[in-house]
Amino acid sequence: MSDSNVLSPNVTGEHGTDRRPLEFLVKGEHHPQSPTLLGFWIYLMSDCLIFACLFATYGVLGRSYAAGPTGAELFELPLVALNTAMLLFSSITYGFAMLQMQQNKLKGTMIWLAITGLFGAVFLGLELYEFAHLIHEGAGPQRSAFLSAFFTLVGTHGLHVTFGIIWLVTLLVQLRKHGLIPENRRRLFCLSMFWHFLDVVWIGVFTFVYLMGVL
Amino acid sequence: MSPSGDVAVQQRDLILWSTFLMLLVIVPVIVLTFVFAWRYRAGNNDADYDPEWDHSTVLELLIWAVPLLIIIALGAMTWVSTHQLDPYRPLDRIDAQRQVPAGMEPLVIEVVAMDWKWLFLYPEQGIATLNEVAAPVDRPIRFKITSTTMMNSFFIPALAGQIYAMAGMETKLHAVINKEGVYEGFSANYSGAGFSDMRFKFHGLSESDFNDWVAKVHADGGALSRDAYRQLEQPSQNEPVQLYGEVEPGLYEAILNRCVEPGSLCMKDMMAIDMLGSQNMCGIGDGPRTLGKTPLETLGAPRSALN
Amino acid sequence: MFDQLDLTKLVFGRLTWESFPYHEPILVATFVAVALGGLALLALVTRYRLWGYLWNEWFTTIDHKKIGIMYMILGIIMLLRGFADAIMMRIQQAIAFNGSEGYLPPEHYDQIFTAHGVIMIFFVAMPLVTGLMNYVVPLQIGARDVAFPFLNNFSFWMTTSGAVLVMMSLFVGEFAKTGWLAYPPLSGILQSPDVGVDYYIWSLQIAGVGTLLSGVNLLVTIVKMRAPGMNMMKMPVFTWTSLCTNVLIVAAFPVLTAVLVLLSLDRYLGTAFFSNDLGGNSMMYINLIWIWGHPEVYILILPLFGVFSEVVSTYSSKRLFGYASMVYATVVITVLSYLVWLHHFFTMGSGASVNSFFGITTMIISIPTGAKIFNWLFTMYRGRIKFDVPMLWTLGFMVTFVIGGMTGVLLAVPPADFVLHNSLFLIAHFHNVIIGGVLFGLFAGITYWYPKAFGYKLDPFWGKCSFWFWLIGFYMAFMPLYVLGLMGVTRRMNHFDDPSLQIWFQIAALGAFLIALGIACFLIQLVVSYRRRESLRDTTGDPWNGRTLEWSTSSPPPAYNFAFTPQVHDTDAWWQMKQHGFQRPEDGYQAIHMPKNTGAGIILAGISTVLGFSLIWHMWLLSGVAFVALLAVAIGHTFNYKRDYYIPAEEVERVEAERTRMLADNV
Repeated sequence: MSDSNVLSPNVTGEHGTDRRPLEFLVKGEHHPQSPTLLGFWIYLMSDCLIFACLFATYGVLGRSYAAGPTGAELFELPLVALNTAMLLFSSITYGFAMLQMQQNKLKGTMIWLAITGLFGAVFLGLELYEFAHLIHEGAGPQRSAFLSAFFTLVGTHGLHVTFGIIWLVTLLVQLRKHGLIPENRRRLFCLSMFWHFLDVVWIGVFTFVYLMGVL
Repeated sequence: MSPSGDVAVQQRDLILWSTFLMLLVIVPVIVLTFVFAWRYRAGNNDADYDPEWDHSTVLELLIWAVPLLIIIALGAMTWVSTHQLDPYRPLDRIDAQRQVPAGMEPLVIEVVAMDWKWLFLYPEQGIATLNEVAAPVDRPIRFKITSTTMMNSFFIPALAGQIYAMAGMETKLHAVINKEGVYEGFSANYSGAGFSDMRFKFHGLSESDFNDWVAKVHADGGALSRDAYRQLEQPSQNEPVQLYGEVEPGLYEAILNRCVEPGSLCMKDMMAIDMLGSQNMCGIGDGPRTLGKTPLETLGAPRSALN
Repeated sequence: MFDQLDLTKLVFGRLTWESFPYHEPILVATFVAVALGGLALLALVTRYRLWGYLWNEWFTTIDHKKIGIMYMILGIIMLLRGFADAIMMRIQQAIAFNGSEGYLPPEHYDQIFTAHGVIMIFFVAMPLVTGLMNYVVPLQIGARDVAFPFLNNFSFWMTTSGAVLVMMSLFVGEFAKTGWLAYPPLSGILQSPDVGVDYYIWSLQIAGVGTLLSGVNLLVTIVKMRAPGMNMMKMPVFTWTSLCTNVLIVAAFPVLTAVLVLLSLDRYLGTAFFSNDLGGNSMMYINLIWIWGHPEVYILILPLFGVFSEVVSTYSSKRLFGYASMVYATVVITVLSYLVWLHHFFTMGSGASVNSFFGITTMIISIPTGAKIFNWLFTMYRGRIKFDVPMLWTLGFMVTFVIGGMTGVLLAVPPADFVLHNSLFLIAHFHNVIIGGVLFGLFAGITYWYPKAFGYKLDPFWGKCSFWFWLIGFYMAFMPLYVLGLMGVTRRMNHFDDPSLQIWFQIAALGAFLIALGIACFLIQLVVSYRRRESLRDTTGDPWNGRTLEWSTSSPPPAYNFAFTPQVHDTDAWWQMKQHGFQRPEDGYQAIHMPKNTGAGIILAGISTVLGFSLIWHMWLLSGVAFVALLAVAIGHTFNYKRDYYIPAEEVERVEAERTRMLADNV
């Protein structure tokens, strides 16, 4: 540490009654808080805006069937419900992973993380099955503005989940290599925010697209 | 800014009044900028120097209040004039002195912006013209405006402000021409290669001249059938004026609903089907083969193939 | 597209020999000149063995100051391209009368005005504004770097990557012919089947990633990295305006990303978002793009409002008048900028009440803006004004900008807009605010902070020449357009019928040539100042008797910015330090924790360029390879855990001792 005397300028505050000398430099090293979580949260909010635009687009075009099939005819709620359950479970298991992390249990963290990834993969698989089925039925994204908006909104969410899984796998490798070091903990936190964010978006999709489409 | 129609006159007056209102604050600001810059120049030791003076409640209230007051005045003017000069609102006066006489129906002109020319249809008169339009003075006109593909903007500056022309949609413009003469009209929204030549002449004619003009179009003009229209629809530039003395009935409706092609499903029918929700292709049977310009077979199987 | 597995198509997509404009003499000549110039540059760099230096010290740097400078260089290079487009348009419109088609047929002319708009907004104004914020903000808040130094480097290279794609469209294929916002249906695949719109989409998407990340970065920097004691109401005004700008970036650019994604899906997959048939709605594109587009203009102007605030108070040797109302005005503008987008299309047929609502919200923005102008006025009041070049730009701005503001409010009155919309009046209006506001502000800012960045001032003579040429050139070029607009002349016209209009276009062209001289004077100024750098040297670090923290460190600042983190007590922190007779400590240094350089940013951006190019040309094989490579490099980068190092205390001591010597020499 430095000699603090050197750092205080030998001057006196001139304003009013305050006669204490003003310090103009910080003694010792100044460490701002880590900005990563705030930064990532702001990024997520910007991502949220992309989804907001896609929701708005769906809101505008959601009834433009172009004399083609409607949501009520296409959506199979049981499948979607199963899908939703997968994603909700994955959020819970991610929560378990974070609890394990806080108890410094590397192995538990990794196991729960892997389970989360599996749920995510099942979710994606079901979604791909649904898409393939729709396209096969002639209800692809080119059929009507409604289907364009549907595929884009749901597909963008699916793409996010895909990247989430890639990230998750990467993180598993990194955890194996380095353990629960501060960097990895930070990354786990970020992925956690990302994963729960996707869950929240999906709840919006489920309500706004599927439920309201069928009801 | 040389209006010959009542709407354009009111729009010009509005521009002048708004400018005047704003100059009330703009001119003092510009003058003060020069005055302060000169008076408080570094070389002038006669001027006061007060390096710590950075706040004055009265002054700050004033600098927020002055623009605020002007905007309140301008905002009120905006609200009233926007409603008054709403292009969708039928006219109630011919000019500042004259109201529209009771029982005088507006002349309806249907406008189609094409690539890259203007088609005008007169449903009352049963005629159509390309790149030329005429109207009698002092009779309100109701333009119904659509487009074949691109977004254009229908604008005759001497007559009234502009409004977009968009495919599958109809915009409206109400206006009246008060002086006989030939005026410029054009597209005010860039729409591709032929846009610069997308111009036409607007003729303000006396009542009798207008009738003569209609008769002339009837006599000299060819026929505008659906087939002729489909020919015309091909993109072209710098088209000469053409007259049509005979127009296939329902053509404008078909253009607006994008179903001039034989066998295509009209947009309004498509929307009606969509409104019904779970009704679908079965509702329209085997008739239509295209949606707008998109052949149905490229769209995959209809709903009946599901399940 | 995959059903015909033709190998050539898979590899080259739709790129053929015909895609190269070798039959266009002007383009071939330009290409030869660019190629020769480029080769000469490469040869020189190789000759003087500068590759290592450039790579290590610049391309891979994570120092916000160097990245800021690179942004400025990018912006200035693109300014030359954008301005070349401008002058070509002015010449075309000045001669295309009386049946003459001019020298640019529509297929060229339409590309030129599109490219001009895109380049000037995205690749001139944005990089220059971002560069300025990047350089100045961390210094003003007493930070060592931005919050995410690597992302900063990556953002810069992504912006550059977008610029590279735009430049490529000049020689490979063509650029969009749609106008700078690429409204559908014109930008749809049916009406624009060529690569132009795809160049537009991918260059903006790639640059958009950079812009968004840099927005997040600077926003977090300002929120988290301020020196102790600098609470929100003690931040310098430039930092405040930067904060608001970055909030706007983060909250607006995702909308652009989303809307361009929808447009590309329409073009690539045949979806029906904006199509005329199948239930699509092109009005939705216009709404969405302006929900981004209107905040965008405030993204550009707000930081320059900050620059003018700094400049006025520095050269008036006086505190800024009405700091609090300045801050509130900025925040109000930020919020309101989201409530006005519809004023860009009053003529689309919304009802009168909707139109009046958006007209009136637009006018309300002029209230805080007006308050700002008055604040600058009263900062000058009872000051001691020195007419250095930045102050000249500021005065030019104050006079010019209020005229642009007035015409802007006029356009916000819907019935007036019905007459003036899409006319040259509109063109004159936004050039009035963008040149008179953004560009004048940038020149003020560049001249003001140049000595901080390079250690010597810019030569004032050439600066004044540049100012006067720009100012007079601007009025000559755009006042005629106001007149033409009032006469009902529309924008984007390729040729004209009415010969009486020609004289106005000729005056405007002359104005554009004066502006060209202004740009030339600016470039000469850079060269002359470099050659006279010894006599223009700033040894104090505080050449203008500045008020904020960036002037408390040396010019140029050391890599770590501040040997000791400052403690702030007042808005004008450095002014207060000087008032209190602050003595700079000359020992007691410690090792400083700094981030390490990395090449990942430039590599990722390079791959993105390849990815963008291959997508534009439908080279699916290359697209696949590039995408996988992008993912692999990005993941690989996350395996690098050693991203920081310490500058040893001895090194800090050596640098600071150097500064002490310099300060002593000066006295």
